[in-house]
Formats: sequence, structure tokens, C-alpha cells
Amino acid sequence: MIELSPADLARIRAHGEATYPEECCGILVGRTEKAASGNGAVLARVVRLVGAENEREDENRHNRYLIPPEVILRTEREARADGLDVIGYYHSHPDHPSRPSEFDRDHAWPGYSYLIVSVREGRARDERSWRLSNDRSRFDEEPIRVPEPSAT
Amino acid sequence: MTVLIQIPTPLRGFADEQAEVAVAAATVGEAMEQLVTRYEGLRPHLFGDDGKLRTFVNLFLDDEDVRYLEREATPIGGDATLAIIPSIAGGTVAEPPPAAQAPAAELSPEEILRYSRHLIMPEVGSEGQLKLKAAKVLMIGTGGLGSPLGMYLAAAGVGRLGLVDFDVVDESNLHRQLLYSNADVGRPKIDAAVERLREVNPHIELTPHPVLLNSSNALEIFEDYDLIVDGTDNFPTRYLVNDACVLLGKPNVYGSIFRFEGQVSVFWGAKGPCYRCLFAEPPPPGLVPSCAEGGVLGVLPGIIGSLQANEVIKLIIGQGDPLIGRLVLFDALRMSFRELKLRKNPDCPVCSENPTQTELIDYEQFCGVPAVAEEPALNDMIDVTPTQVQSWRNDGRDVHILDVRGPQEYAICRIDGSTLIPVAELEGRLGELDPSKRWVVHCHHGPRSTRATNILRDNGFPQAYNLAGGIDAWAVEVDPSLPRY
Repeated sequence: MIELSPADLARIRAHGEATYPEECCGILVGRTEKAASGNGAVLARVVRLVGAENEREDENRHNRYLIPPEVILRTEREARADGLDVIGYYHSHPDHPSRPSEFDRDHAWPGYSYLIVSVREGRARDERSWRLSNDRSRFDEEPIRVPEPSAT
Repeated sequence: MTVLIQIPTPLRGFADEQAEVAVAAATVGEAMEQLVTRYEGLRPHLFGDDGKLRTFVNLFLDDEDVRYLEREATPIGGDATLAIIPSIAGGTVAEPPPAAQAPAAELSPEEILRYSRHLIMPEVGSEGQLKLKAAKVLMIGTGGLGSPLGMYLAAAGVGRLGLVDFDVVDESNLHRQLLYSNADVGRPKIDAAVERLREVNPHIELTPHPVLLNSSNALEIFEDYDLIVDGTDNFPTRYLVNDACVLLGKPNVYGSIFRFEGQVSVFWGAKGPCYRCLFAEPPPPGLVPSCAEGGVLGVLPGIIGSLQANEVIKLIIGQGDPLIGRLVLFDALRMSFRELKLRKNPDCPVCSENPTQTELIDYEQFCGVPAVAEEPALNDMIDVTPTQVQSWRNDGRDVHILDVRGPQEYAICRIDGSTLIPVAELEGRLGELDPSKRWVVHCHHGPRSTRATNILRDNGFPQAYNLAGGIDAWAVEVDPSLPRY
């Protein structure tokens, strides 16, 4: 299961709409915990997002890598300084369903959450989150939990 | 040397939950091999089935990306830290055009045998071959570029191959257009091409479009195809193909050739820049000579057309890095490939967010090519026909012939008594010519001499005339003993 705040979810959806018809992409920073059920499932809690919109216009754009490794390396270090970690990535599928593509499966690791938002005709529709199976054969969907904002 | 390999968090489950693993190795490649030998479970996530590092997996040796060092051969000098970092790729960019995504039902036993060398490669496989079978590709032009394109795309099993051409096979085509042989001279190219391609692969569908492509038929023809390959030799058609592809959201696999040089790119307005982002306006007419005027090395279209076929197949099977946003420049004499990065022009008249042109236009006019029926008054002033010049000579008038072609062309054939000054040198050598005389200027077919005649008129040669149709027309109408080329 992946948990993120309503504000972060809204930010991801807005990011996908802003870059439409191009894809958007970003990094999920947070903590991964063993779920209380104890059956090996994990709970990935998103603490903050690192949007990668600025990378779109740089020189990496043409080779279709939306987040270059240098940015991930830097984000990892910043996250660790705060006791957090990179726990996954989000990206949009313009005019495609929120299911991972074959291309996604070839370019993923188990242990990360891959949140995909489907954007059709410029409007964010639905989002689903996926984890690659350990044998790389498939993506398993994980539930997305969006807690109500705490009343403070 | 001891290298400390940092295991990325999501993969620690495959390495006994360790954050760092120390190995002794002399190179980065060796260190990685030791790591995955010790923890076999890591291997599939770092290396592909081909044994190579997965394309999204990056290695940083003491914070330096080894891609910019010696990749896996990078030596490990002393104690070092090696970080394994993913990069995140776009999810849908590399996917084939939507219509090509629905794979054909299946391959027949004959097709399995025929395409076996494709089928055994993981990047193609049955899935890729079925995508090829389901794909519909339109080739504009069946000449120099169209020859290798047609043969490789047909042989590769592109399910439906459309061909647009309106030309007739000429003997001067045969040194580079390998679709045709001696017996085809005089036949419509499209007939000979369909016949030849059917011999190459009887399993595919071939759709001839024997028309002159123009603004009123392009969209209708393009609509049925997933992607368009531009093998044209002229600017009006090139802009037309580009704009029609942008309007329909289809990729345009572009190639062009001249003498010893060629260019290749994939223009796809929906994913990157288009031809107009690169060249907003065509060059003035006559400035860039065509192959007929400037010549072309016979093997050059073979190379460039093959590169285009390669890009077409990659787009269809969704593998590799397509040439979107990149222009490859090939120089056959230097044997060099260079690559330019192209950016989408935010103000592009056709592919930007707010296009100023949303339909096809008159491309002949856009490129400044005079319509066939040009105003006679202007024409009469500048242009003369070969028979007209001959009658001036027969009447005993003092007529001087200026040949503005290159010396190689002059060596093939020339009009007796002509003066040779290549058009590029003309402005610097005007002093060699007498402005009070009547000058008839010619090249091979007319464009260079039109420019030269204008130069003469602008520099005080009131009696400068352009020989319409060039030395080629002269050979037909006046002197059949001259070889044509």
C-alpha cells in the first residue's frame, strides 16, 4: 500500500495536466515500513515529492530520460540527510491508461512504488500505483491510501 | 582494490538487506560481476537477458558517472565507492504509433521461417514481428532513398507498404536506384517498384499511389498509414510531407542526400521538433541544387535510406532510442557521422502550441517555385529556347554562350565556343565578360543559369538571356550528338 497526502496527490495530478501532452515525472520521497498485517506487505508513506519539471527542457530531454541519474543521486542524499529515502516515482501517461507499459516494466526495480496518473485530453483522470514483482514478470497493483488532512 | 558498492534501497532485499557490499576488483565491470555472483537475485534487476547492464541502470564511481569515463572498463585505482543509481525514463514516448500497437493475429509457418533471424532476437521476437506485420508505412518517393527503404521494409515484413511516385525510370537513375534495372527504363517507377518488392516479399501488401502528391490529396493518402517516410528530392514536397504529418500527428522519418552528404532525423510534432522547427523557411529557389544539378554519389542514398529504414523499424517495434530531436549528418568523403540536437521551436508555425498554420498551403508558392504557366512577359524577357538561340546564330548574330556548370559537367558535354564560369565564381569573374555582347547563359536544366542571368542583368549586362531547359534541352532540340546526363 502507498499512502500520500491529498495535497501531494493533487500536485501529481496538476503536474500531469501541466505537461500534457508530454509526460510528467517526479520522485516520491518517504519511508517504507513493514505493514502491520505482517504478511510481508509494505506500507510506503510519501513524505514529499520532488517534481522533475525542470529537467524536461535540459539536454537529457531528447534521450527520453525524464529524470537523469544525477538528480536521483542528489535526491537520495538529501532524503537520507532527513532520515528518508527515495521510495518510488510517479509519471503520467498522456492519453493512455494508468497501467504500466512494457517499456515501464523493462525500466523498473522491485521495491519501488510506481504511481501512474492517466491524463486524457489534458485532464487527469485516474491514478494507480504499481510494484514490480521480484521475478520481473509483472507489475502488481498496490492500493493508494489518501488520508483526510488532519484537523489542525 | 577494494570497492564499496552501495546497494539501492529497493534492491537490498536481494542482498541480505545490506546497504553496502565490499568487493575486490580492478574494473567497474568486474566489481559488478562479483556483486551479482555473490547475490544472484540482484542480477536480473541490474543486467538484461543479453548480459549487458540495463539501460536505466547507472554507475557512479566516486560520484563520477562511468558513462563519461570508460564505462564498465573504468579502472578502480584505489579504495573507491560505487553507487548504483536508476534513471527514470518516459513511459510512453518510445511506444509505436497507436495504430501499430494492435499486433496482427499470428505468423504463418512460412513467415516464422522467413523472419527467424528477427524472431530469435529479444528486441524483436514474435511480438515485434507481429507489430511489423500490423504496421502500415507510406513511402514518399521510390527513387534513391526509396530503393533501400522499400527493399528493407518489405523484407522486414512491414505488413502494408504504400508507395507514392509519379516518375518514370530514366537511365540516369540506375547508378543508385537499385529497385530498377535496364529493362525498366521508360516504365512508371511505381509499377516497376511494386513488381520488384513483390518478389522481395510476397507476404506483404503493397499499395501504389501513382499520383503527384499535393495539398489536396496528401491528408487523405496519409490518413491510412501509421508513419510516413520522406524520400523526396524537392522542397515543396518535403514541407508538404512535414506539415501533413504534424496535422495528423504521425511520425515523419526524414532523409536527404546531396553529393557526398546526407541527413537523417525523425520529425514528430507530437513528441519533438518538426522539419519546420529546423528550417522555418525554404531556401531561395535555385540556391540549393537538386541531385540532378549537383550530382550524388550512387552509394549515398543506399546508406541514408538504410538508416531511415532502421528508424522506421525501431519506431514500429518500440525499441532503442529513436532519432526524435536529433539530426544525424553523414559525410561519405570524411566517413564521419555527426549529431545535432534539435529543439522544438516554441513559435513553430505548425507544431507549436499555438500554430499559425492549421491546414495545408500551396507549397510550390511557399518555396518560390514558379508555376508552370508563368507570366509570359517576364519569361520572354529573360528566357530563350534552344531553337531561338540557334536561329540567332544562323542569322549571323553575335551570340556568346556562358556555361555556369561545374568543370566535371563541362567535361561530359559542352556547346561549342562556350565560356565556362561556374555560377559560384561568377560574381568575382564578371570582368572576364564583355557586357556589351549578347550572352546566353546555360547550366544543366535551368535553375543555376536563371540565377546567373539575374546576376548579369544586375551588373550591367542588358542582353543576358537564360537558356530554358539548359544543355539538356539543347541536346534534344539542337544538337543530338551531345551526350545527355
